[in-house]
Amino acid sequence: MAEDMIGASIRRTEDFRFLTGQGHYLDDINRPNQVHAYFLRSPHAHAKIRSIDTAAAQSAPGVVAVFTGADIAADKVGGLICGWVVTDRHGQPHKAPPHPPLAQDTVRYVGDHVAVVIAESVAQARDAAELIEVDYEMLPAVVDTAKALDPDTPQLHADAPGNLCFDWELGDKAAVDAAFAKAHHVTRLDLVNNRLIPNAMEPRAAIGEYDGGADSYTCYSTSQNPHLLRLILCAFVLGVPEHKMRVVAPDVGGGFGSKIFCYAEEVVCTWAAKKVKRPVKWTAERGESFLSDAHGRDHVTHAELAMDESGKFLALKVDTIAGMGAYLSTFATCVPTYLHATLLAGQYATPAIHANVKAVFTNTAPVDAYRGAGRPEATYLIERIVECAARELRIDPAELRRRNFIRPDQFPYQTPVALVYDTGDYEAALDEALKMADYAGFAARKAESTKHGKLRGIGLSAYIEACGIAPSAVVGSLGAGVGLWESGQIRFSPTGTVSIFTGSHSHGQSHETTFAQLISDALGVPMEKIDVVHGDTDRIPFGMGTYGSRSLAVGGSALMRAADKIIEKGKKIAAHLMEASVGDIEYSKGTFRVAGTDRTKSMAEVAFAAYVPHNYPADLEPGLDETAFYDPANFTYPAGVHIAEVEVDPDTGLVDIVNWVAVDDFGKVINPMVVEGQVHGGIAQGIGQALLENCVYDKESGQLVTGSYMDYCMPRADDLPSFKVGMTETPCTHNPIGAKGCGEAGAIAAPPALINAITDAIGIMHMEMPATPEKVWQAIRQTRPAAAAE
Amino acid sequence: MHNFEYHRPTSVADAVQSLKGAEDGKILAGGMTLIPTLKQRLAAPSDLIDLGAIAELKGIKDEGGMITIGAATPHAMVAESEVVRRVIPALADLAEGIGDPQVRNRGTIGGSIANSDPAADYPAALVGLDATVQTDRRRIKADDFFKGLFETALEEDEIVTAVSFPKPEKACYAKFPNPASRYAMVGVMVARAGGAVRVAVTGAGPCVFRLPEMEQALSGNFSPDAIKGIEISADGLNSDIHGSAAYRAHLVSVMARRAVTDCA
Amino acid sequence: MAGHHVSTTINGDAFEFVCEPDETLLDVLRDRLSLTGSKEGCGTGDCGACSVILDGRLVCSCLVLGAEAEGRTIATIEGMADGDRLHPLQRKFLEHAALQCGICTPGILVAAKALLEKHPDPSETEIRYWLAGNLCRCTGYDKIVRAVLDAAAEIREGRDAA
Repeated sequence: MAEDMIGASIRRTEDFRFLTGQGHYLDDINRPNQVHAYFLRSPHAHAKIRSIDTAAAQSAPGVVAVFTGADIAADKVGGLICGWVVTDRHGQPHKAPPHPPLAQDTVRYVGDHVAVVIAESVAQARDAAELIEVDYEMLPAVVDTAKALDPDTPQLHADAPGNLCFDWELGDKAAVDAAFAKAHHVTRLDLVNNRLIPNAMEPRAAIGEYDGGADSYTCYSTSQNPHLLRLILCAFVLGVPEHKMRVVAPDVGGGFGSKIFCYAEEVVCTWAAKKVKRPVKWTAERGESFLSDAHGRDHVTHAELAMDESGKFLALKVDTIAGMGAYLSTFATCVPTYLHATLLAGQYATPAIHANVKAVFTNTAPVDAYRGAGRPEATYLIERIVECAARELRIDPAELRRRNFIRPDQFPYQTPVALVYDTGDYEAALDEALKMADYAGFAARKAESTKHGKLRGIGLSAYIEACGIAPSAVVGSLGAGVGLWESGQIRFSPTGTVSIFTGSHSHGQSHETTFAQLISDALGVPMEKIDVVHGDTDRIPFGMGTYGSRSLAVGGSALMRAADKIIEKGKKIAAHLMEASVGDIEYSKGTFRVAGTDRTKSMAEVAFAAYVPHNYPADLEPGLDETAFYDPANFTYPAGVHIAEVEVDPDTGLVDIVNWVAVDDFGKVINPMVVEGQVHGGIAQGIGQALLENCVYDKESGQLVTGSYMDYCMPRADDLPSFKVGMTETPCTHNPIGAKGCGEAGAIAAPPALINAITDAIGIMHMEMPATPEKVWQAIRQTRPAAAAE
Repeated sequence: MHNFEYHRPTSVADAVQSLKGAEDGKILAGGMTLIPTLKQRLAAPSDLIDLGAIAELKGIKDEGGMITIGAATPHAMVAESEVVRRVIPALADLAEGIGDPQVRNRGTIGGSIANSDPAADYPAALVGLDATVQTDRRRIKADDFFKGLFETALEEDEIVTAVSFPKPEKACYAKFPNPASRYAMVGVMVARAGGAVRVAVTGAGPCVFRLPEMEQALSGNFSPDAIKGIEISADGLNSDIHGSAAYRAHLVSVMARRAVTDCA
Repeated sequence: MAGHHVSTTINGDAFEFVCEPDETLLDVLRDRLSLTGSKEGCGTGDCGACSVILDGRLVCSCLVLGAEAEGRTIATIEGMADGDRLHPLQRKFLEHAALQCGICTPGILVAAKALLEKHPDPSETEIRYWLAGNLCRCTGYDKIVRAVLDAAAEIREGRDAA
């Protein structure tokens, strides 16, 4: 049993309840005597609230209470915070305008929270909300990120002149300028990283509850990180002592970043629960999710790459305008800065890099981390400009990448943008991917497609990401308001069963299986005797949650440290039981042995002795229950190569993805089947971004045009190919597992691979995402008018 | 949804009666558009008259040289129908291409055409195949039935009971779906019957329309080459984030040629 | 507005309930009958998370009125397994890890079951086309398609054997 746990595709232990409809998601939970909240949202992108009349709503059937910004202010409820302070080029902190949970005097995006109606039923709350009369004074709006800094643009916040949140830079500008001055060739590219709406299939939801006798709150939330939510709710927003707040994140139906953040709805439900003395439940309708979940990406970038005669990269410079939306979401500021510009070396030994990032406010929903968060934006621009460079220099794109890769003997490698890559073998992944994709046979396949009137293209993407977020001291020095360690606790029972408590949160990532595998292997306890507990601040040690592909690398490492403590204590108990000295006890896979003998004690026997300590070391505490906190020494650096092959119908512009190869280096893999699933899901979201998905606001009115599945194009089963997934392995050098993280890789790698393939098929340099049939057709029409007119 | 009275009549006569008696009654004929509309509170009818229990409105008949489809027949039943597949395969294909299985199992031909959504598939079938709409009180030729954007010839309290399709010699439907909604960005039904050719386009404009120039060209020479040179004007065509009028105009040409090719 | 008294059969059992006209079948299943396996992902019939089989046909229960259930037969995810014995589709989803967060899974299983009842031997293309009414944001659908193919093969073999 124990031998085969690491690297085994064990079936997911969480699946039985999901497969039988017995998962407990938030909307499946109802609390006794609960009432329902409905949020009245702004229909305007930018307006002053002259007055709100709630009288008719207050007296409508079933209504328990109606609250507005005035009530929030009267109770001194704080605003939503941004937990990462970015220091700008001039040493000033970013502009952080107030973000009230219910609007005070101004609404700044369609969907902004104006009032909440609490009633016996959702229908009654909604009926009553229609009776609220709000007198708006319309203000001009800015929705276009690229134009937010223009001089004559309307301004959102008094304390953010010109809509500028920060103007930040990273890297050695002088070195970059010097390199450009002597460059043989410079490739230039303007591109947009399109704004996306995360669309976890479970809409956000919350239940606030207040226990007057204990003066304590419970907030049920669809959260990826319950402790962080508790910390923000208590210390920054509601002013409640942390020990008087329990946050429960039950089964959560996908997050992809959008459920990291503290939102107005969970604040208001929790606050209102005390006001109305009843549990207050809110579940987003899908339309509300589109309007109010934090969106992703939204970068407008100009990039230039300088090269020598042989195509060696000399320097990269990047200027980005990053949309923040109307307010700063919880981690909005770190996404386009420390999760983006720090990755601009990619897999390449580019000696000089400089990035300037200007973050701007627009009258749109807040933007924050979405699967990959900053790293897809970095990878997209690098892998697009490298591809353009290869085409301009007429060097095979695989060869140009190969020439510039950081070599295995260069690790640890200090990039010019702050990170130190610990390990990797980029050429190995490239070679494997080229083989799996039959890169050599592409020309023949293209010829065959041409015969059938189709345009065929192939595209590569060599990505790297910084995961395992993150060393606390490092992120602290960069402005993070929190540490990014993780906690783990392993608790044996007298009968030898194990409860694992983790600060990570599983909302599809399969921690219940993977973490159990890890500990089963380390402690020799069968999987069926292990339970993984997460998502309840009253049960688990303080934890930092799940995002940034961190759970195994950081949370798993914490559990490994806790397992070490169990083993250390177990040795003392076993030594006592076998009347040997501790120094003579060897431990392996659940068995304690007196070295050189056949005398052994099992982990179960040791656990029993710990809880029934009749024959037990005098100086040792009873019990077998250990907690560890793990703060990583560095980020981890998953990397790999994806190759997309497409066939384009020149008549319609329709793109058919005919092959997809992914070769990833995630370091040590615990459960390949689970990892493969993460890769698939990431690729699907990456293909979605490149081909289908686009968040569109009307440029004039600021109305969300893509506010439903009728217009926001989600990848469906018949839009996607099946994926060929390969692995290479260079174990992470600085965590006890050797794992790097896999959750975001596909979403990072996929978009440039696909756009590279499509532009290769058409024979153009660039196309903005998503590559809709019309855009592709227009491009074909411009490059080969004859073909498109057919 | 605002609340309403729910009626489930078992005869067309009762349904008409209920509709007439209601202050602001609406027919529920599948509900694929109506129920989302009610949920978004874009409509608040006093009464909903569900046609789902009226046996006479369901089913497919091959009689009098026509294929007659009851108004409450779901798309899936049309797609699965052996007689439709044999006699007018283009109609079975069109039905099989609507939305997704959940929509095809609930949405009905009567509901679809009464709604006259500019991007619905059925209007192209009715006009292209020269069908006749039967209501509780009269027969309306398809050419006269679709009046404009969400607008038909139906009177307030009139209920579609069936649609009758003559049997074409050849017919094919080619559709370019909207990638998000799977409605028709452009759908073209090409049909030849008794020497005459009809070309009906849905999705491209505010309402289904015919292309006389193509019909004429194809009447003389029923081949894709016959319509190759025909320019489709983008004037008045739909334009949205998924496709401009110019793109839709182009797609009309492409889909028309594909439909003709598929007829071979 | 009058409440409707509805008698219906769900997963083989007779159920009676009273509902308002504006309640959907999904509302009734979840809020009145505590059958919370069917999920609301969009409420507009676009995501398939609420899929149930109504008189043998796959439908989105969020677009069916509760009152329409009178006299009908409904199959939901709760009736798919035979006690602890999983349906072959459920078993193959488990073997392939064809689910992650699990929120869309009940709807996809019900949809796949409806497919296999109609087409015991679907191709990959047919499976993908059939499942286009069910959104999954986690899996990229690949493992779902494999699991359905695998389950279909197993069910066919079982039938051949019998």
